[in-house]
Amino acid sequence: MIISELKPFEELQQALSEFDKLFLIGCAACATACKSGGEEEVFKLQEWLVEQEKEVTGSTVIDEACHIMRAARDLRQHKNAVQDADVLVVLACGSGIQSISSTAEKRVVGGLNSMFLGNVRRFGHYEEMCSLCGDCILNETAGICPVTTCAKGLLNGPCGGMEDGHCEIDAEIECAWRLIYERLQSQKRQGVFARRVPPKNWSHRRKPGRYRLQDGER
Amino acid sequence: MSRLSEQLTSGQFVVTAEIAPPKGTNLIPALADVEKFEGITAVNVTDNQGANMRLSSLALAAQLQQAGTETILQLTCRDRNRMALQSDLLGAAAFGIENLLLLSGDHSKFGDHPDARPVFDLDSVQLLDMTAGLMAGVNMVGKPLNGVPNFFPGAAVNPAAEPFELMFQKVSKKVDSGARFFQTQSIFDREALERFMTAMEPLKVPVIAGVLLIRSAKMARFLNDNIPGVQVPETLVKRFESALDPMAEGIEVARETVAWARELCQGVHLMTLGHEDKIPVILA
Repeated sequence: MIISELKPFEELQQALSEFDKLFLIGCAACATACKSGGEEEVFKLQEWLVEQEKEVTGSTVIDEACHIMRAARDLRQHKNAVQDADVLVVLACGSGIQSISSTAEKRVVGGLNSMFLGNVRRFGHYEEMCSLCGDCILNETAGICPVTTCAKGLLNGPCGGMEDGHCEIDAEIECAWRLIYERLQSQKRQGVFARRVPPKNWSHRRKPGRYRLQDGER
Repeated sequence: MSRLSEQLTSGQFVVTAEIAPPKGTNLIPALADVEKFEGITAVNVTDNQGANMRLSSLALAAQLQQAGTETILQLTCRDRNRMALQSDLLGAAAFGIENLLLLSGDHSKFGDHPDARPVFDLDSVQLLDMTAGLMAGVNMVGKPLNGVPNFFPGAAVNPAAEPFELMFQKVSKKVDSGARFFQTQSIFDREALERFMTAMEPLKVPVIAGVLLIRSAKMARFLNDNIPGVQVPETLVKRFESALDPMAEGIEVARETVAWARELCQGVHLMTLGHEDKIPVILA
């Protein structure tokens, strides 16, 4: 899921300073799961805004804010409260915020920073394992992604900063290449070490990403 | 053919040193420092070393080269994508630079621009492959070059890295990708160096052992905490702590390491960090 966190209150205060009436929008998907934009967080934000002497005209938690048409449909069910507001405050990832900003006529203020596509280690602990590069090498690397979990995204083995099998940027983090090496060894195969991996084709990651299921066109 | 490549090929023991470009445009001190490198085979010119922004290594190397000092141009993948790397390499060739040390580069996190976006479009193996391509007259997309560079490409290694086999598979890849010499991370452990040199034997690629002049226990601890891939053993740190004259102790340690290198390796790379005047006594 997309891991996101609430923006600092000072930044929100600044972004909302010109508005008096606000409508709040959360997301029932990722932002709910990582506790940044679910029912509870929308409610907490509302309480804080009331303390700031703002008027909250209403709130909703959209099923999947990243679904542009559904987000628009959900918002229409709150037509009057939305109409009354000067601004829509969205607690969803950047994708969700843009579903709203692309369909609503009102000004939109995003309340979250989106960080990464994350796995849940345990409650409240998220780790980035995939960076959506569009050119997956996992089948050769024993299911451990060096593009993401190596701080430099190296494709041909560890850098000279590996110390006792740990990463140069954080001694707490195990070197991705050490993990790949050990898992491949335990599987008794060479995997990615059998070849020199050529430079990555980053054109798969050209922005903005587009994909059409029908014809597979990017 | 560069002097470095000639001497390594003919089995002469080489000595390299290094110089960092200034944090500004004043090249006078760097160009003056070169006089201290008398008798040295070639001087490495570092590339935003430790991820700290400085004048470009290519610019200083070009000036040194034109002033008659043979250089080893360091080039990292941290700050350039594949296009910039290729064009800098062609630029280096145009200035008569032949020796290269091709590196991944320390992560931007360590330097003075920690907010910078690190590039790492290529890794060091791919950079070596690309350089071999340029030397064969084609760029990375197979287009022919108008004028072909002649390089003597080198690579870096940390011989004491663990797991050893994991580190060494990358060394083998670097050799397959055209690395003609290695310069090592600072050496502190003779046994680790011996093990590495034994593994290197069948590859027949010369190794220039890194020798760092440590001046104090404080410096040793700083290196351990802040410089990727440098681990001064605790016994050595203690030796500096109990030394009456830590600089003299540092010189003694460096001399011991040079002696190991004379026995086991094909050269030494001296990292004296501003104390280049100590080079003659370290080598004596």
